Amino acid sequence: MAELLRTTALTAHYGDAQALFGIDFEVGEGEVVAVIGANGAGKSTFMKALTGLVRSKPAQIHFKGEPIGALPPGEIVRRGIALVPEGRRLFASLSVEENLLMGGFARRAGPWHVQRLFELFPILEQKRREPATALSGGQQQMVAIGRALMSNPTLLLCDELSLGLAPIVIKEIYDALPRICSEGMTVVIVEQDVAMAQQVSRRLYCFQEGRVSLHGESAQLQRTQISQAYFGV
Amino acid sequence: MIETLLQGLLLGGLYCLFALGQSLMFGVMRLTNTAQGDFIILAAFTAIAGLSVLATLGVPRSMATPLWLALPLLPLAFGFGYALQRFVLNGTLGRDPLPSLVVTFGLAIVIQNLLLELFSADPRSIPTGGLNIQSLALPGGLAIGVLPLLIFGVALAATASLQWLFTRTALGRAFRAVSDDREIAELMGLDSNRIYALATAIAFVLIALAGVLQGMRTTVSPSDGPLLLLFAFEAVIIGGMGSFWGTLVGALLLGLTQQIGFRLDPGWGLWAGHIVFLIVLVLRPQGLFPKTRG
Repeated sequence: MAELLRTTALTAHYGDAQALFGIDFEVGEGEVVAVIGANGAGKSTFMKALTGLVRSKPAQIHFKGEPIGALPPGEIVRRGIALVPEGRRLFASLSVEENLLMGGFARRAGPWHVQRLFELFPILEQKRREPATALSGGQQQMVAIGRALMSNPTLLLCDELSLGLAPIVIKEIYDALPRICSEGMTVVIVEQDVAMAQQVSRRLYCFQEGRVSLHGESAQLQRTQISQAYFGV
Repeated sequence: MIETLLQGLLLGGLYCLFALGQSLMFGVMRLTNTAQGDFIILAAFTAIAGLSVLATLGVPRSMATPLWLALPLLPLAFGFGYALQRFVLNGTLGRDPLPSLVVTFGLAIVIQNLLLELFSADPRSIPTGGLNIQSLALPGGLAIGVLPLLIFGVALAATASLQWLFTRTALGRAFRAVSDDREIAELMGLDSNRIYALATAIAFVLIALAGVLQGMRTTVSPSDGPLLLLFAFEAVIIGGMGSFWGTLVGALLLGLTQQIGFRLDPGWGLWAGHIVFLIVLVLRPQGLFPKTRG
């Protein structure tokens, strides 16, 4: 499996406070990789660093063999990385369809367009003219995923897809994942639900206090190993 | 009384033009431009100077009109606004509104003194070729000024155009997106600094229009800016921050109350407007038609 993304000793800071302490991480083309960890473990900061929202050094992140660590977010999305942010963060004054169109601002050639997203999430077509933030949490998450897909990324980063959603809605969201991956998409999922993360991913990384505390094949990792790496006890 | 109401509405049209740029800049960037009034006066004096230059160069009077002058002035204002935002005001944006307030306040002082130095304190106006004294007769012995009617039409067209731009175009979507969440908008590939600069560029086209029309309607002097800023503020706040139709309604309400006040007593006009503004501020601080958050 060819390497798509690699971070080497990745560090990140918020002012004087260091949030990531030398993260080594890699994803192969077409893989689904999960990142788990408790609150404050650095998962979201890691996602922000990969998308340029938190600056790092150029050589600390390589995407398709090129250093992207110091690039601005707009350039990174043009190179093929898109983020479904934690908490969805939809544009409140835009309709569902307008949110999706914004996702296509830095559009690359590829299979995803508005109509295709309506096929993936049919409920969004019915609600296309409604303000995005008037939708239910699950529907908003669908918009957030669709908005990220609109740029036709090679690598889709999903930060806490299940946050604040009912189990049945979480299942509906994750049921869409195989269809997204069938287009050859590589996916990195940040998830607090360990069972879900293990179920959907091929490999898994566990973060603790800004460091990788465990990584390996999802199916091979034992619950006790994960608990130890997750909580540090 | 009908004449007073008509005059109030027409005056409101001018106030709307004063306020639309402010509404746009606040709506997109949460930036309060305290030099708004002074930029309007600067535009008026630029037009006055431009016409003087054309006259000096021997350009025929039929060509040296505000209409012809607007052709180069509006693109110039667009470029000036773009550069001002890109190279000066973008650096002041952030969670704290104070830096942008201080910088625009400083710009206001610079503009006032610059105009005073260049043009003296004498009031001046833009020659209109008699347009400012033409009127249309209405039934019932009423008459309505052609220039105020023209200004009102420009205000309506500008409000409708801005609303269309905001709600129906890709640029409008980008304006709303960076206004909602700048970080996520950048994640979509938008260059927020460029989007902000475009918003200010459009605001400055409106400012230039307002300045030229103000100079045609009445006299202008270098110290007029703060009063125009006050009217712009009042119109925007009465209507609701970031709402263009709200700004129009706010401006019309302000114009109406001022005219009614003037009719009751020549000294009460401005006070009547301020009182309506204060009442709205107390009873409905978000304005009549708010569109923005927080």
